[in-house]
Amino acid sequence: MFGQVLALIVKELLAVLRDAKSRMVLIGPPLIQLMVFGYAATFDLSHVPIAIYDQDPSQASRDLVARFVGSPTFHLIAMLRSSHRIDALIDSRQVRLVLVIDRRFTRDLLTARPAPVQVIVDGRNSNTALLTEGYANTILTDFALAWQQAHGAPPPPAVLDIRARYNPTLSSRWFIVPGIVALLTQVVTLLVVALSVARERETGTFDQLLVTPLRPIDILLGKGLPGLLIGGFEASVIIAAAVWWFDVPLRGGLLPLYLGLLLFVVAVTGVGLAISSLAATQQQALLGAFLFMVPSIILSGFATPIANMPTWVQDLTLLNPMRYFLVIVRGVFLEGDGARALVPQYWPMALIGLASLTAAGWLFRKRVT
Amino acid sequence: MIPGAPRRLAGLLRKEMLQIWRDPSALAIAFVLPAALLLIFGYGVSLDARNVPVALVTQRPGALAASFTGAFAHSPFFRPRRYLTIQRAERAMAARRVEAIIWLPSDFARRAAAGGDSPIGVIVNGVDANDARLIEGYVQQLWAGWLTRQAEARGRPPPLALAVQPQVRFNPAVDSRDYLVPGLIAVIMTLTGALLTALVIAREWERGTMEALMVTRVTIREILLAKLVPYFLLGMGGMAASVMIAVFLFGVPLRGSIWVLTGASALFMLAALGMGLLISGFARNQFVAGQIAIITTFLPAFILSGFVFDINAMPAAVRLLTHIVAARYFVAILQSVFLAGDVWSVILPNALALAVMAVVFLGLARAIARKRLD
Amino acid sequence: MPERADPAPALRLEAVRHHFRLGKRAVVALDAVTAEAAAGRVTGLIGPDGAGKTTLMRLIAGLLRPQSGRIAVLGTDVAADPLAVQARLGYMPQRFGLYEDLGVAENLDLYADLQGVVPSERAARYAELLHMTGLGPFTSRMAGRLSGGMKQKLGLACTLVRPPELLLLDEPTVGVDPVSRRELWQIIDHLTRAAGMTVLFSTAYLDEAERCDHVLLLHEGRLLGQGPPGDFTAAMAGRSYRATAGIGRRHLQARLAAAPGVIDAVIQGGGVRVVTAAPAPPPMPRDITLRPVPARFEDGFVARLRERTPLAPRAAPVIAASAGAEPAGEVITVAHLTRRFGSFVAVDDVTFSVARGEIFGLLGANGAGKSTTFRMLCGLLPPTAGSLRVAGFDLRYAAAAARGRIGYMAQKFSLYGDLSVGQNLRFFASAYRLAGARRRARIAWAEAEFELARLREATARDLPLGYKQRLALACALMHEPDILFLDEPTSGVDPLARREFWRRITELAERGVTVLVTTHFMEEAEYCDRLVIMAQGRVLAAGEPEAIKAAARSPALPDPTMEDAFIAVIGKAA
Repeated sequence: MFGQVLALIVKELLAVLRDAKSRMVLIGPPLIQLMVFGYAATFDLSHVPIAIYDQDPSQASRDLVARFVGSPTFHLIAMLRSSHRIDALIDSRQVRLVLVIDRRFTRDLLTARPAPVQVIVDGRNSNTALLTEGYANTILTDFALAWQQAHGAPPPPAVLDIRARYNPTLSSRWFIVPGIVALLTQVVTLLVVALSVARERETGTFDQLLVTPLRPIDILLGKGLPGLLIGGFEASVIIAAAVWWFDVPLRGGLLPLYLGLLLFVVAVTGVGLAISSLAATQQQALLGAFLFMVPSIILSGFATPIANMPTWVQDLTLLNPMRYFLVIVRGVFLEGDGARALVPQYWPMALIGLASLTAAGWLFRKRVT
Repeated sequence: MIPGAPRRLAGLLRKEMLQIWRDPSALAIAFVLPAALLLIFGYGVSLDARNVPVALVTQRPGALAASFTGAFAHSPFFRPRRYLTIQRAERAMAARRVEAIIWLPSDFARRAAAGGDSPIGVIVNGVDANDARLIEGYVQQLWAGWLTRQAEARGRPPPLALAVQPQVRFNPAVDSRDYLVPGLIAVIMTLTGALLTALVIAREWERGTMEALMVTRVTIREILLAKLVPYFLLGMGGMAASVMIAVFLFGVPLRGSIWVLTGASALFMLAALGMGLLISGFARNQFVAGQIAIITTFLPAFILSGFVFDINAMPAAVRLLTHIVAARYFVAILQSVFLAGDVWSVILPNALALAVMAVVFLGLARAIARKRLD
Repeated sequence: MPERADPAPALRLEAVRHHFRLGKRAVVALDAVTAEAAAGRVTGLIGPDGAGKTTLMRLIAGLLRPQSGRIAVLGTDVAADPLAVQARLGYMPQRFGLYEDLGVAENLDLYADLQGVVPSERAARYAELLHMTGLGPFTSRMAGRLSGGMKQKLGLACTLVRPPELLLLDEPTVGVDPVSRRELWQIIDHLTRAAGMTVLFSTAYLDEAERCDHVLLLHEGRLLGQGPPGDFTAAMAGRSYRATAGIGRRHLQARLAAAPGVIDAVIQGGGVRVVTAAPAPPPMPRDITLRPVPARFEDGFVARLRERTPLAPRAAPVIAASAGAEPAGEVITVAHLTRRFGSFVAVDDVTFSVARGEIFGLLGANGAGKSTTFRMLCGLLPPTAGSLRVAGFDLRYAAAAARGRIGYMAQKFSLYGDLSVGQNLRFFASAYRLAGARRRARIAWAEAEFELARLREATARDLPLGYKQRLALACALMHEPDILFLDEPTSGVDPLARREFWRRITELAERGVTVLVTTHFMEEAEYCDRLVIMAQGRVLAAGEPEAIKAAARSPALPDPTMEDAFIAVIGKAA
């Protein structure tokens, strides 16, 4: 009965949009999260506080120090006169890196022996430590190659010519912002769908619905399709924000992106419906949504790569629809992937969607009849 | 002041303890939730790139090329795959089968022998910028090591004018779990402290028991205190369980003293509970209380505390915002106490900030609490 | 009752005004209420839901601060020193304020601690309270596992653990079985007579007014009247009659309700109870005989409400001559119906049947198993054992079309609160598969019949309770069902809305619609053709209201009310 399902959809959308509190859930948190994630969630280092202890003040060491001072990554806060402040500065996290230029620096350079420099890094944040060390190494290597060239020393047999594909400036934001499309679409769709049945159960209107000639399949469709519409709308808004506000390039077409979005929202809607058929109260529905959402976000590759996880956890992520959609959004945004390249992502999501919807239908029928 | 305060407080405390004991959900939020989250995050969140698949393209095989590519096979960071042409490697990268391409062009050996500076093409998939940077760093290290070995083997002077001696303090293995797990404890304890308190008070409103309490001679201070003490103890219990998991399951070193850890945790718990009490002053049902608690405490603790994302890397406005996130100070203390030891220059200012936040939140909670329904 | 001279009232309200916002609507909860409650007496705060009873209780307890006016409790201004007042009063809120996960003794201990009862006094005080409430055998049971009546008594015991000077009871008898209600009144009588306590008792049951020493009658935030309950009934002297005639009682009621000079006509027993506008019998057709009967409190309330909203002139409905005489088939049959939740038996071997065009009642307290039975009949819950048929189907497995013959009105008038009145009507019209001209016609009918047209754009949640009830009934009738299920359809609404509601239901029944209704209002059982009385999941009595009442007749009770009958039935079963 198309007319009945349409009436259900209209009612569902009205119920969500007329209530100030549900409107807030749809507008407030996504907006806050978009801004916070877009601006705060970054791995790009800049202004890393460092100190330099130059034991051999000379033309060569000044040259090296100048390269650190000129780098936007580093912010020199102290030139040390002795070694005894090094520990204190690192321990108190006032600096993340100390460069120690050895007493023999110039002498060794001039006698074609490797001139010793020490790089001390605060390892408490291992990621920052690795990146800081990498930046420092790049500066040091560049210095060495330049010095060799200037002083007629033979160049090394081979040099690296490093290029980053798809994201040439290696901006984290290009990685995180498309991820937010997946994250927020999941959060909003799941909440809308999971809470809608529980809300009706709490207010007693669900009994009223069940007593009408509506069939369980009508009710399921009437509950699922609004989630699809709202999730799709929310995703579109964030995609627009990613392109026009955060200036992330959209290199691929909208068709492969929206095909992925459709499959993703269907899969999430299935999960949401399954939660809502199990939950008796909005509270339980919220808890259920939270229990699904936290692991699914953590184990999706949103912030940290799936490849870094233990193998058994990697296998577990195969069940997570967000994992596939993240590849699709990032692929379409940054790599310009077409639909054909994304088929390996589409079909598992379609499968998950089918399974979750079937499970939801079964649970729903079981609860109702 | 109405006499009989100690007895009223004792009665409320006993009631609260009995309720915690009988309500499995409170114990679940205090112990099961932290443990579950710690496990998911501990296993799921890792920034250490290991076994990265790379494509090796050697267009004209030879001894020099083999010595360079051989270094990849021995590295724990890379899992090399060989491709015959750069086009195939590029296709493999587009299909996400490899994360990077190392390309030795056909004139590689000739140019290296002729005058040096023979270019090695390194193409990294930059979509995951952080991963890409780490891969770049690993390739650079590998390259530098290879150069030295080449020079030694041929009895030539070292190829690079500098000898860099890296030294990573506190976490020499640069294991991301060692730094993520302590920070995670802060995030989880935020959830326990604020969410649990906000929920139990909201529940009293929902069930109408708060109304009944308020008409007795009990004062608002006694009601707040009776909520604070049991949930403080419960939170500290959850904290202890989390620390045990971190140390014994994940093998994170605990280099500082247990007393500093306890003291800092106590201050943080007070701040988190204060936040929870404050939320419950606005939210009279569990649904709203839960949402506010997650949005105002959990999310900021997650993103703005420096637990994963370095605060130094954030824009200035956001950096300013992090100062009102209690978890920020606790994360700093935890990372130091676990990995570095009792570094007083980190602990004291952060503990002071936590104390100030605890006083402010508890004070605000007390100030807005009314023994009235409107 | 002899008047006792008391120097100072225990409670004094002076021009108390309080309002709050509900959605977009500013609601005046209390408007310039000035009243007193005498020390050592029971003062009843009487009125339907939304009258302002709970707000007033909370103001007196210092939980709210009035926007204007003054409240003095035992000579102390509440707004100035709420803590001092709270030390002297006891307050039992609507849901009794019990911790359900604490035991009976643990609840008592908590409140003893909070009220500053020293341990040495407790043993004696507990013994007295447990004896008074009959909770002695259950001290270790969790409060959440007590029956409604026992919770009510435990809530009372907790407020009385240190005897207060003023006791506030907010709707303590709502949904509680009549036996427990009676016992509560005995306790209250004991407290006022023996201990000299002042009691303020709020209720929506108008018959409880007659047990109070003094009554404050509240309606929509206004004080409609105050005084001893006798004053209210005395003013109605000579205006209450019982009408009988040779025709069906519904037919008679319909004729009387339309008769000039009659302001109220409700079915009672085999006849119709009539209240007139003037203290003289109105002119009546010859076939109707009027016999004067003593006035009730409710008559006074209805009369006062009618002064404000006069009865709309309404032609007597044309009722088919054959109505009532039609040999009716059985539309609903229930045999040995049982439902268990774990070890708890919610419905225990229930058997009854309902004929076409009948109004059939399920009468019982909260937790008696009414709603569970109801939900099984509607196909919302599978029975554990037994069989049921509605219009020849088990609705649980029936095709959608079979459910199209059912109208259902859920408890608390469940509607989509966020949707407007018009959107609710349109949604239910579609849900019941109405389309095109019929859909438009039915929506127009609902808006006209229930006077909802001007509220079309109003959000359902913000409607006054009476209108919510109308909208819920309109939605349930949208598709002209043959069978109507009504779950607690009149709970909390004022007497006029209740009469209006029953008038519609009666008309529907006369047209052949079968009506199944649950209620905990004893007097509403009178409006049913037949009913069952349920307690603890079992049917204790079944039959016509007259027959059930007749079974309770005894020399001590020559004319038992439905409540008397209920108590007698429960007494027999125990």
